[in-house]
Amino acid sequence: MNETQSYISPSPQGYYGRFGGAYIPEMLHRNVEELKTRYLEIMHEAEFQREYQQLLQDYVGRPTPLYFAGLLSRKYNTNLFLKREDLCHTGAHKINNTVGQILLALRLGKKRIIAETGAGQHGVATATVCALKGVECIVYMGEKDIERQAPNVARMKMLGAKVIPAVSGSKTLKDATNEAIRDWINNPSDTHYIIGSVVGPHPYPDMVARFQSIISKETRWQLKEKTGTELPTHVVACVGGGSNAAGAFYHFLDEPSVKIIAVEAAGYGIDSGMSAATTRLGKEGVLHGSRSLVMQTEDGQVTEPHSISAGLDYPGIGPMHAHLFESGRGQFLSATDEEALKASFEVAKLEGIIPALETGHAFAALDQLSLTMEDRVVLCLSGRGDKDLATYMKVMDA
Amino acid sequence: MSRLNNLFQQKNKRILNVYCTAGYPTLQSTINVMRSLQENGADLIELGMPYSDPLADGPVIQASSSKALQNGMTIPTLFAQLKDFRKDITVPVILMGYLNPLLQYGFEKFCAKAAEVGIDGIIIPDIPMYEFEQEYRAIIEKYGLDFIFLVTPETSEERIIKLDQLSSGFLYAVSSSSITGSDKDFSPVETYLHKLQSLKLKNPVLVGFGIKDKATFETACKYANGAIIGSAYIKALESDDNVEMATREFLNGILN
Ligand SMILES: Cc1ncc(COP(=O)(O)O)c(C=O)c1O
Repeated sequence: MNETQSYISPSPQGYYGRFGGAYIPEMLHRNVEELKTRYLEIMHEAEFQREYQQLLQDYVGRPTPLYFAGLLSRKYNTNLFLKREDLCHTGAHKINNTVGQILLALRLGKKRIIAETGAGQHGVATATVCALKGVECIVYMGEKDIERQAPNVARMKMLGAKVIPAVSGSKTLKDATNEAIRDWINNPSDTHYIIGSVVGPHPYPDMVARFQSIISKETRWQLKEKTGTELPTHVVACVGGGSNAAGAFYHFLDEPSVKIIAVEAAGYGIDSGMSAATTRLGKEGVLHGSRSLVMQTEDGQVTEPHSISAGLDYPGIGPMHAHLFESGRGQFLSATDEEALKASFEVAKLEGIIPALETGHAFAALDQLSLTMEDRVVLCLSGRGDKDLATYMKVMDA
Repeated sequence: MSRLNNLFQQKNKRILNVYCTAGYPTLQSTINVMRSLQENGADLIELGMPYSDPLADGPVIQASSSKALQNGMTIPTLFAQLKDFRKDITVPVILMGYLNPLLQYGFEKFCAKAAEVGIDGIIIPDIPMYEFEQEYRAIIEKYGLDFIFLVTPETSEERIIKLDQLSSGFLYAVSSSSITGSDKDFSPVETYLHKLQSLKLKNPVLVGFGIKDKATFETACKYANGAIIGSAYIKALESDDNVEMATREFLNGILN
């Protein structure tokens, strides 16, 4: 295994430090190998880029604003900028990736799309681009998530996707991912699997990170316009699998002055047995095709995580993030269910923005940083909170 | 000579390999299931080590794995159960499992223990070929275990030849590129098995996935040295509390 040259790009076999690779059964080999040999070539084609950039602009609504949050800045005694991925079409960063992957899938001649989803944001973003391109779409979603993210299930159906419940294990994102992988094994020739985060076998983590890297690319010039300098002092993002974080960090990873802050979901608390804070609780292992940090028992059975936020309720983390954690390049914090809820309400009141519960975790971590008026903090506002209203309403009624 | 090589030297046609999940249907049934399989005509046993996220397995084997884990099956427990199994089980036995639990147990420790109790070979479907060559191959050979790779109808000829080179004991031919226990039509598979035959591989070939009854077993045997039955047998165990009876009836249906 080669050492990686930078924090951004994996080795040719897909390793970030010790993490990554492609741990897949032979049944997936041809599809994954095809993707591995072709993704960069396709992504670099002029025609692909033209179509991708056009859709990002006219369909997704990019560039998304970089908003100076005055009242939150005052509260945290710093300069806080929010990267407004919540303003993307469909309400979260997930569509940056699905727009790219659908174009790639069509160039690979695929006729059928499958996806897994936790919060439903990736499912909606996949269903959306499939509707746009007239491609059959099947979304696997944990039974528990189907319940707690009902509005997104309705959206997927209205967009013409078939939503199949995953009923094994914890009935959440991990199990939905297992089912999607099984579907791909059963349909090896006509199907492309659009993974929704920087997880899975190589080349997925790199491919998804590249599609999401538009977030930090825009942040650089937007920050320059607003402050005269391209570089923030801190970039903060929540981490489930880690795609919004990978995108928000990407163009700053090889800038040592920029502090990289990743926020995981602590659930009821790190030591409660009901948590999803993978870097705190996980060990090195193999899950969903890559070597990374994985929450597991002593016997190597993957454990069922807990987070109030379906998008962070995952017992693993992308290999890029495992490497950022282990190398010390990234600082990993966590926020509990309660802290995330409280932060979401605060953002709603102070800034008039209702964030997704996932993003609430990123906001909740601001308290843990010792910030000053000299700092320029960029926080990735990964999604909006419409899908979480049922949860928010329960808090208001209590 | 290894037990597997010995088997294929004695009998190179109609080899019946049956898969069972360790700790299923009950924690203590592992040895009993294996003994019943041997008594009723299985030539070879593939013993599955249950895992929480068995990506290459279908719903039936997945459910048996969950049940086995609930029953309390772990790798140390399994090795304790296998401590004296060679006293009465003489057919070759291979362990099938996923990489993650083996990494936590310790890969070398696992191989050492497997060899010590009398296991003949291992199948780990999610080991990448490059990592096998760089890290695991030497360890596996050190303990005299066979390692069996899978090939599928999607695998290129060049890669089939490479996987055959790296395998010992036999080569596992997945009958259709699908997870275990699928109900797909078996006929297109014959073309693929025919192709495998023409490649003059160094290892015997056993066909697995989708073999569920006498007819599919016979077809597989036409083009390969034998077949592997998994989900169909697990289903038979599921519907009958009596392991011996269920096994006898099931294997009778296949072999007679
Ligand atoms: C709004 C939002 N933020 C964050 C996430 C977590 O995913 P990732 O860590 O890949 O960004 C999700 C996932 O569903 C999401 O919907």
